[in-house]
Amino acid sequence: MQLIACPWCGPREEIEFSYGGQAAVAYPADPASLSDEQWARFVFFRDNPKGPFAERWVHSAGCRRWFGAVRDTRTYEFLSVGPLSATTARTSVLPEATP
Amino acid sequence: MTHAGTTAPTTAPTPPGADLPEHQESLWRSAEPKRSYDVVIVGGGGHGLATAHYLAKLGITNVAVLEKGWLAGGNMARNTTLIRSNYLWDESAGIYEHALKLWEGLEEDLGYPILFSQRGVLNLAHTEQDVRDSVRRVEANKLNGIDAEWLDPDEVAKVCPIVNVSGDIRYPVQGATFQARAGIAKHDYVAWGFARRASEAGIDIIENCEVTGFVADGDRVTGVRTTRGDIAAGTVALCAAGHTSVLLDMLGVPAPLQSHPLQALVSELLEPVHPTIVMSNAVHVYVSQAHKGELVMGAGVDTYNGYGQRGAFHIIERQMAAAVELFPVFARAHLLRSWAGVVDVTPDASPIVGATPYENVFLNCGWGTGGFKATPGLGWAFADTVAHGRPHPLVAPFGLDRFVTGALVDEHGAAAVAH
Repeated sequence: MQLIACPWCGPREEIEFSYGGQAAVAYPADPASLSDEQWARFVFFRDNPKGPFAERWVHSAGCRRWFGAVRDTRTYEFLSVGPLSATTARTSVLPEATP
Repeated sequence: MTHAGTTAPTTAPTPPGADLPEHQESLWRSAEPKRSYDVVIVGGGGHGLATAHYLAKLGITNVAVLEKGWLAGGNMARNTTLIRSNYLWDESAGIYEHALKLWEGLEEDLGYPILFSQRGVLNLAHTEQDVRDSVRRVEANKLNGIDAEWLDPDEVAKVCPIVNVSGDIRYPVQGATFQARAGIAKHDYVAWGFARRASEAGIDIIENCEVTGFVADGDRVTGVRTTRGDIAAGTVALCAAGHTSVLLDMLGVPAPLQSHPLQALVSELLEPVHPTIVMSNAVHVYVSQAHKGELVMGAGVDTYNGYGQRGAFHIIERQMAAAVELFPVFARAHLLRSWAGVVDVTPDASPIVGATPYENVFLNCGWGTGGFKATPGLGWAFADTVAHGRPHPLVAPFGLDRFVTGALVDEHGAAAVAH
């Protein structure tokens, strides 16, 4: 079991935390105007990179606060943790899909 | 060696191992990639090899199966080999029951032993809601012509005497569904059998050949870039399981997939104690006993996304706690080894099979934690899909477009944890 550095509590065992998936998924600015295709993207589609991934985590069995992390999905190593707002800014580290 | 004072052997001593058979011939040709194929299958696991086998039956043999590692070394080598078809919805019943019927004749079809053993599966119910859902699923299965019955706890104990059906456990067993035709098979033999047949038909199986990109021309893909050179392709069939997102990112095609680690483990070899398969969604464990004697157990996925083919220890700890509660006789069994695969999970716990925005690229993914059982059925239907350029009716309900239309096939009840 690895240690995860909660930004508020410090390093704690992984079992104290819950996963919240991809960070910085913005709610649609004008929901009423979305097509079915756009709703499908918002509801069901998330990035699934092999490499650094900006994620949300919550310290469920500790301070119960949400935070952001960038974690490598190949090694599971946490590259950084911080407030959710900081992770939002880091979303640009995600690898771009090459069409 | 002859010692002084003992009687010398009457025949000349032979070196150790001389009585063993010669190393058997390779089951498939190790092919060098040609520059062009009618069909390129990406992924040399169970699904890719089965698709190749059934393409050959349709007369399509100018086919390459590209495998980035070694043949069947991903999830095909890591699954718990459970085979059943007792899913809830008609769409799932169609493909999984077709697969089970093919399993029943597969040894003959492949001319190769796969140790398919129809020992039945018990899906335990631990709550009143479990009971209602299970009885509903039994009736749905019967309507689809799938063998299914509901057993009360005493009947469960008759099928599998080592299950703790007493009332003094945290989540007492309130009954179970039973599918007698369910079973297990030797996963490596299945892959080798498919590979041998496909190779005999002239299909090239190319290992250590990782796809690194695609060559697109408008809405067609004309070839794949690999670590062993560019290969032109008439049609591309993706069978990459947990790594499908990596390929789709190269193509710029989004899909609702999340790749998770899924762990399993085996005990040391034990005397036969476990006559069937037992699965419990509520306490997150499923157990069978392999032919050699290991108890094979699987758990739920690790919650985070991961491509690392390993998971966290606390998942195994919880799984063992559940197993010992249900099977007190396992308390002194030793864990021999554990491992993980990378499973591609979809929002409705059903696969994604069919068309992509590229007219000659077909997708097969999203089988999540339970793709092994579908291997022959998927291979059969996907080969037909690739050969005719449209989804076969058995896989048509599983298209990528269902996430836009809302026609989901929600199999969380029959599939979410237990496979």
